[in-house]
Amino acid sequence: MTATLVVRRGPVSARIGVRGLVLATATWTAAVAVGMAAITIGEYPLPLATVLDTLAGNGSLITYDIVVTHRLPRSLTGLLVGAAFGVAGCVLQRLARNPLVSPDVIGINAGASAGAVVMIIGFGASAAWVTGGALAGAVIAALTVYAVAWRGGFSGYRLVLVGIGVAAMLGSAATFLLSRAEINAAYAAAVWLVGSLSGRTWPDVVPVAVGLGLLLPVVLALVRRLQVLELGDDLARSLSPRVGRARAVLLACAVGLSALATASAGPVGFVALVAPQIVRRVLAERSPGLVASAGTGALVVVAADLLARTAFAPRELPVGVVTAVVGAPVLIALLVRGNRIGASG
Amino acid sequence: MTVALRPRAAAPWALPGAVVLVVAGTVLSMKVGARPLSWAELSDGLLHFSGAPSDFVVRHVRLPRTLCGLLAGACLGLAGTVAQGITRNPLAGPDTLGVNAGAAAAMIAVMTAGIGSLAGHVWFGFLGGAVAALTVYAIGGSGRDGATPVKLALAGAAVSALLTAVTSAFVLLDRDLFARYRYWIIGSLARAELPTVGQALPFAVAGIVLAVLLVRRLDAVALGEDASRSLGARPGPTRAAGLVAVVVLAGTATALAGPVVFVGLVAPHAARALVGTAHRWVLPLSALLAAGLVLIADVAGRVVIAPEEIHIGVTAALLGGPVFLHLVRTRKVAAL
Repeated sequence: MTATLVVRRGPVSARIGVRGLVLATATWTAAVAVGMAAITIGEYPLPLATVLDTLAGNGSLITYDIVVTHRLPRSLTGLLVGAAFGVAGCVLQRLARNPLVSPDVIGINAGASAGAVVMIIGFGASAAWVTGGALAGAVIAALTVYAVAWRGGFSGYRLVLVGIGVAAMLGSAATFLLSRAEINAAYAAAVWLVGSLSGRTWPDVVPVAVGLGLLLPVVLALVRRLQVLELGDDLARSLSPRVGRARAVLLACAVGLSALATASAGPVGFVALVAPQIVRRVLAERSPGLVASAGTGALVVVAADLLARTAFAPRELPVGVVTAVVGAPVLIALLVRGNRIGASG
Repeated sequence: MTVALRPRAAAPWALPGAVVLVVAGTVLSMKVGARPLSWAELSDGLLHFSGAPSDFVVRHVRLPRTLCGLLAGACLGLAGTVAQGITRNPLAGPDTLGVNAGAAAAMIAVMTAGIGSLAGHVWFGFLGGAVAALTVYAIGGSGRDGATPVKLALAGAAVSALLTAVTSAFVLLDRDLFARYRYWIIGSLARAELPTVGQALPFAVAGIVLAVLLVRRLDAVALGEDASRSLGARPGPTRAAGLVAVVVLAGTATALAGPVVFVGLVAPHAARALVGTAHRWVLPLSALLAAGLVLIADVAGRVVIAPEEIHIGVTAALLGGPVFLHLVRTRKVAAL
């Protein structure tokens, strides 16, 4: 089942797997549908017609407040954050040729978390400062990891090991702060550390939207290089001389995407790991399935957030707690089915 | 991928050096603390218990704590090596196979139900870890190609994530529980007691023996699925036995010191960076390095902000991290 479409327009040509296209369409449709459903559901239920009316600009002041100020940005943040983590995870797993690699392994999440925890516990900072602290932490951690791992070039293996070391040091520093802080601040920090969409408004949508808008096209343009890189360092170098640069750019994109997504919603766990694996096992193809990974990530996050909001209502769980509940059973089912493709990577 | 089965000539000092590290760590751990002990007090306390205050410190504080650190460290180092060996994944550790997540979930379950003493909780943790690891093996081993490394690793990640989610849900919905949980999750030797060490010893010995018996088979598994099969080694039973070893070793370490994941993860890498990939060198070296790291990190945690303490889970990563980064950067790291 490797039917492909070939699109050629002037100098640009692309090969598109049909199964990948179907999966990408299906996951994105489902993700947007769940996102819309999430806007209608809540303490103040709204019929879909009212929501659409409000979005068209014909709603009352109350429905405008509920839909446009609160639920829409929350749904959007969920969709975009999920998509960003899905793409970042896909790129990182392919680059490192290891299915366990995700942004938390190479130090990005640990940096963001340390930054946020310092802001919450050290300064009792407000939401905007926490976001800034997380972004700064992620960038500093990523730069540290690359500076230490750079030895006239990157090896995926060394990068991962350095990431583990840096992540552990930052993580333990955050845990130390958490254990000594006053209980309410510690609790707020713990919620942030799990990843939450609670109270996300338009300013939270911006970082991740900008990140996706700028970096996703770059990643898509380098998809073919990604497939070459996956063959291993030696073979990749012999096939394509400038493969080192492509690797550096892809890495930077993955880091940027996960750092911005983390700044928006915290390090929502497991999405970056599970989305590419689900896609890989469903597609049974060697193509990376970036768009499908993005769609799966988005679907997992919005579905998890809907569940997190409604399961224990009126109490709310952070979305990061529930992503595993949504994603893990799918991955387990696929593992049990025992798809041989991807068994070695 | 080439597999070097001989130790690297560059580091013949690695094994003796690690022994020195452990001995130094043991001595420091016995002597240093809120009440520093002289050599005379130390030997009196160990050999002629007379009821003097220093004797109590030796027997009821320092000795259990040191033994606990030695045992937990060695178990972590071995568990990490075996886990990475059977999954052939450098990111594997006790936590990858679900052991720590299972232990944490079980701890939370009994804390919520409010059964038993803290010592009792510890063994529930052991049970939880075992159940989680069995689940991982059942999922990873299903299908026609059996328990391949990738399936084991992914099944472990999925089960861990599920269990961690359940744990977090409990903890975040109940603030009292959160208040207690945030201390347990760091990992600490401060609550060590001799009876706990005694209970843990048989498990530790069983795990160590099993790991030693697996040395050769782990080398064969490291060659990869096809090569090891064609050499006549059977990877399936090796992985099952390895998983049992990981459960026993990691469960014991978690019972003794809480979830100190980092040590088990990096000790095998450090060992491989020093002596290559042959498990007959990597296993003992990894155990020694881990034990040394745990002891010295614990001593550092007692000294740095005295009279308060920093828990071992924090200091191990802060002290071991830079050393690990240095090793990774300066030596050609042997890939699995």
